[in-house]
Amino acid sequence: MPPFLFWFFALMTLGFGAGVIINRSPIGSALSLVLSFIGLSTLFLSLNAYFISVIQVLVYAGAVMVLFLFIIMLLDLRAEERRKINVVAFAGGAAVALALFVQVYRIIGALGAARQAFPPLRSGNTDDVRRVGLLLFANYNLPFQIVGVLVLVATIGVIVLSKRELR
Amino acid sequence: MLSEYLPVLLHIVVAIGFAVSALLVSVLLGKSGRTNRTKDTAYECGMVPQGEAQPRFSVKFYLVAMLFILFDLEIVFMYPWAVVYRETIGADKTILWSMLSFVSILMVGYVYALKKGALDWKN
Amino acid sequence: MDYFLIGTSLAKIAGLLAVVLGIMNYSVYAERRISALIQDRLGPNRVGPAGLLQPIADAFKFLLKEDFTPGHVNKFYYWLAPCLAMIPAIATLAVVPFGSTLFGVPMVIADINVGVLYVFAIASLGVYGIVLAGWSSNSKYPFLGGIRSSSQMISYELSLGLAVIPIFLVAGQLRLTSIVRFQIEHGWMIAPFIGDWTNIGKWLLAVPMLVSFLVFTIAIFAETNRLPFDLPEAETELVGGYHTEYGSMKFGLFFLGEYIAMITGSAIIVTLFLGGWHLPLPSWHGGFHWAVVNGSAPGWRGIIGGIFNIACFFAKVAALLFIFIWVRWSLPRFRYDQLMRLGWVFFFEIALVNIFVVAVIVAYISK
Repeated sequence: MPPFLFWFFALMTLGFGAGVIINRSPIGSALSLVLSFIGLSTLFLSLNAYFISVIQVLVYAGAVMVLFLFIIMLLDLRAEERRKINVVAFAGGAAVALALFVQVYRIIGALGAARQAFPPLRSGNTDDVRRVGLLLFANYNLPFQIVGVLVLVATIGVIVLSKRELR
Repeated sequence: MLSEYLPVLLHIVVAIGFAVSALLVSVLLGKSGRTNRTKDTAYECGMVPQGEAQPRFSVKFYLVAMLFILFDLEIVFMYPWAVVYRETIGADKTILWSMLSFVSILMVGYVYALKKGALDWKN
Repeated sequence: MDYFLIGTSLAKIAGLLAVVLGIMNYSVYAERRISALIQDRLGPNRVGPAGLLQPIADAFKFLLKEDFTPGHVNKFYYWLAPCLAMIPAIATLAVVPFGSTLFGVPMVIADINVGVLYVFAIASLGVYGIVLAGWSSNSKYPFLGGIRSSSQMISYELSLGLAVIPIFLVAGQLRLTSIVRFQIEHGWMIAPFIGDWTNIGKWLLAVPMLVSFLVFTIAIFAETNRLPFDLPEAETELVGGYHTEYGSMKFGLFFLGEYIAMITGSAIIVTLFLGGWHLPLPSWHGGFHWAVVNGSAPGWRGIIGGIFNIACFFAKVAALLFIFIWVRWSLPRFRYDQLMRLGWVFFFEIALVNIFVVAVIVAYISK
């Protein structure tokens, strides 16, 4: 990926990621989240992870759709936009964020691996969907089944939580 | 490999350009008429708008969206499975049974949803 | 930077967009004429010979109308929504192979290894346009239409995703050009009459493929909000659905976006199930066999071959569009509970069982 495209999409990811928090309207936040995910998926693309990149858009676009319905259904949008900024809470949040940033920066700076350049990506004709499939069904068969159980639990949870309207 | 994706980017940029320019041309060429108060009210078949503009709706729409994500995840796992199926099935049948068990686990949830009437919109 | 790649890509994008926009305009005209034929009316026949210039007049009307934004809407999202409805419809065309080669350049804008998933990913973004339109209009009918539509589209996306898996079980690739190549060698997915056509296993596979094809096609009907699945804009209950508060080109983008989505959907069906740009021609060079016409022949024969392939592709798309229109004027609309039941119970189960039928056939019978 040419550097200017990388910078463009990296800034897009971060910018819209910030937009999720900064936006006053929850709908704006949700849309920023989608755009941030799209930026992220192009970054995956630049790492030759095509499958993950396209799944990122496919699954999260659907997931954010749910968030959308949630916002429209449950939140009072006008009240959300009217809410004033609490200066003390804002300053506290900024301080915590800054502390976290400094911490992460120091830890990564202390690592030896962080000072070396990354090895170049193995180039060549890698069909990554095939590789994911081969690995998933050869080495990670049990985790795969456990994912199935997790999704099952989530399914039942969703139904139980909205049970009041159902039979 | 990555260069295969450059045309996709170009295509999306062209698509965005097309949509935006269509709107722009319409703004430039469109005649503007007189405005009045009734023109600015919501359309409700000629009646004066009643009540809330965005009524509450059934929780079922939300439920369907949640179930969609969960089953979408299942389908996503099926793509790599389908791609490698043909080349591995000759040597080892495990791949068929492993997917069958994965889907059976999820079908428990599906049957539960059906029995609970989560997918029944009649009432 | 590869300037040759960029140049040819831009040329292909421009060409494809011109053809698709042309088909879009004339499919609106065809819809009106065919519906008139079915209902024993005349249809538009005043502008130009047999009304053939009607689409151009319509386009100008869209552009010249007052560009009105009602006062009660949420302005930014109100303007964003039509764009979001149009862009995914066009963007999905990027991976569809619409011809073999022309002047040695492959006739597909981007030949990527996750082709089908790209289509689904971009198409799933199309829901946002509709929901945003419904929400930002701040009005009851659009709101209900938008909510209904989002539920319908995501429900049928499941059947759509499940119905294509048998193809990948057989072809072992997600790349759309590879699927077309597979069909050229082994016969079309639903009619494997070329290649080793005496192989019983192949014909056995064609049966679940036909089921897949039907489920996929019907799900595409639902995804593009066409009758009998046009509940989001059911005019007897919801006026115009999510675009009730829209006018001029903003409405035009919704309206035309729907037609482009129809064309894209047909193009995907053709590519996955009906052999893509391939049309077998009978040939008698030392006995009967099926000849493959493509753009690889030297000189003018290659150019004619390439153009022939592109024509084949769009002819198949046009045939499917005709079916879209025909169905619209033949079937009544579903009720909402029937629609959801059909998607979640009937198609979902059929598509899922179908996958394992194909898997077992591939594993035990057809080597």
